[in-house]
Amino acid sequence: MAGNREFFYRRLHSLLGVIPVGIFLTQHLVVNYFATRGPEAFNRAASFMANLPFRYFLEIFIIFLPLLFHAIYGLYIAFTAQNNVSRYGYFRNWMFVLQRLTGIVTLIFVTWHVWETRVQAAFGAEVNYEMVANIVDNPLMLAFYIVGIVSTVFHFANGLWSFCVSWGLTVTPRSQQIFTYVTMVIFVALSIVGIRAILAFA
Amino acid sequence: MSEKKTIRLIVTRQDRPDSAPYEEEFEIPYRPNMNVISALMEIRRNPVNAKGEKTTPVTWDMNCLEEVCGACSMVINGKPRQSCTALIDKLEQPIRLEPMRTFPVVRDLQVDRSRMFDSLKKVKAWIPIDGTYDLGPGPRMPERKRQWAYELSKCMTCGVCLEACPNVNSKSNFIGPAPLSQVRLFNAHPTGAMHKAERLAAIMGDGGLANCGNSQNCVQSCPKGIPLTTSIAALNREATIQMFRNFFGSDEV
Repeated sequence: MAGNREFFYRRLHSLLGVIPVGIFLTQHLVVNYFATRGPEAFNRAASFMANLPFRYFLEIFIIFLPLLFHAIYGLYIAFTAQNNVSRYGYFRNWMFVLQRLTGIVTLIFVTWHVWETRVQAAFGAEVNYEMVANIVDNPLMLAFYIVGIVSTVFHFANGLWSFCVSWGLTVTPRSQQIFTYVTMVIFVALSIVGIRAILAFA
Repeated sequence: MSEKKTIRLIVTRQDRPDSAPYEEEFEIPYRPNMNVISALMEIRRNPVNAKGEKTTPVTWDMNCLEEVCGACSMVINGKPRQSCTALIDKLEQPIRLEPMRTFPVVRDLQVDRSRMFDSLKKVKAWIPIDGTYDLGPGPRMPERKRQWAYELSKCMTCGVCLEACPNVNSKSNFIGPAPLSQVRLFNAHPTGAMHKAERLAAIMGDGGLANCGNSQNCVQSCPKGIPLTTSIAALNREATIQMFRNFFGSDEV
């Protein structure tokens, strides 16, 4: 095993993207959706999440450490690829490039988003409806958030597809094809959830 | 009289492994039923470029001339393939010939595919049948499985899948699709299966199976139609099982 870590890191990267990061993302988007029921509903849900027992433990081990590893190792993976869609314009090759591109966009978006919300909360700001409403009051920021959400959801949905291949769940071309449809439905569905939620703040 | 039909070729040339590549254009007389190799042979016969200047003949690799050896692979009009089965009548002109730059270029269109053969050694892509005494006949293989394995055995180490793969490049040490699929082939053989864990260990090492990024260019490009991505996914499943076996399993070999 020693000096032979690449396999382990790659598999860990694939696993962490789904469990826990992907699950957290889904949960986060669902909680945000409370905003469509008005500021009160959102504030109740947000304060419920913020007051979960063992909050710091959960944040560190369910969100930040897995996210950090996934992001840093993912950057390494993205920059070791030599993209060649101009020569090989196949569907899966496009998805390969988009996965790397959305990964980088997502990293920029999430870093900004964490700075604006969680870090500000650590400095004493209160995370509530008003905080997000103030952010997306600026149409440029709203556009940035929509791009960020769609990019994150795409990266998750398409990542779910490659997770299934990387762990040997979908082996046959047929199962991989069907799973392409399944993950694209997940992409569209979660995008609608995410965009409707952010528009509820605007 | 009627104008003589010609073929236009633009060849990416390189004089030495470390020198800069350059393009040279050729115009050669047309004959019916030519392939890229016969066009290159025509240049060799009369090494004069399109400007009428005398030049050196273009170097390339070839052997079987029937698409089973894999030696004559090159990038033809942007796609890697064998030059023996690339028919002039089916190609858009000018025909652009480039070496498969994923491999070290020896000269002109000739590349060094040694890394592929080294990979085959690394993954033990053979069936050990030698002993200090007569080992007798091996176990039989069901006919249906033999037919299936035959498809995987068509791999001719031509390098097209490595050329098409975005993860096989100078920044990464990924061994590429071809040797991975060979692991599946030899692990499927009843005698070869005796070394299954060793082969899996080799591809679960650095630069192995996990470096696949699922762009699936390989399966689209393979001239032999080998189900490379199915092989990779199947090996992923095997590796998952092996991983748990290594960690939680007993010390039984």
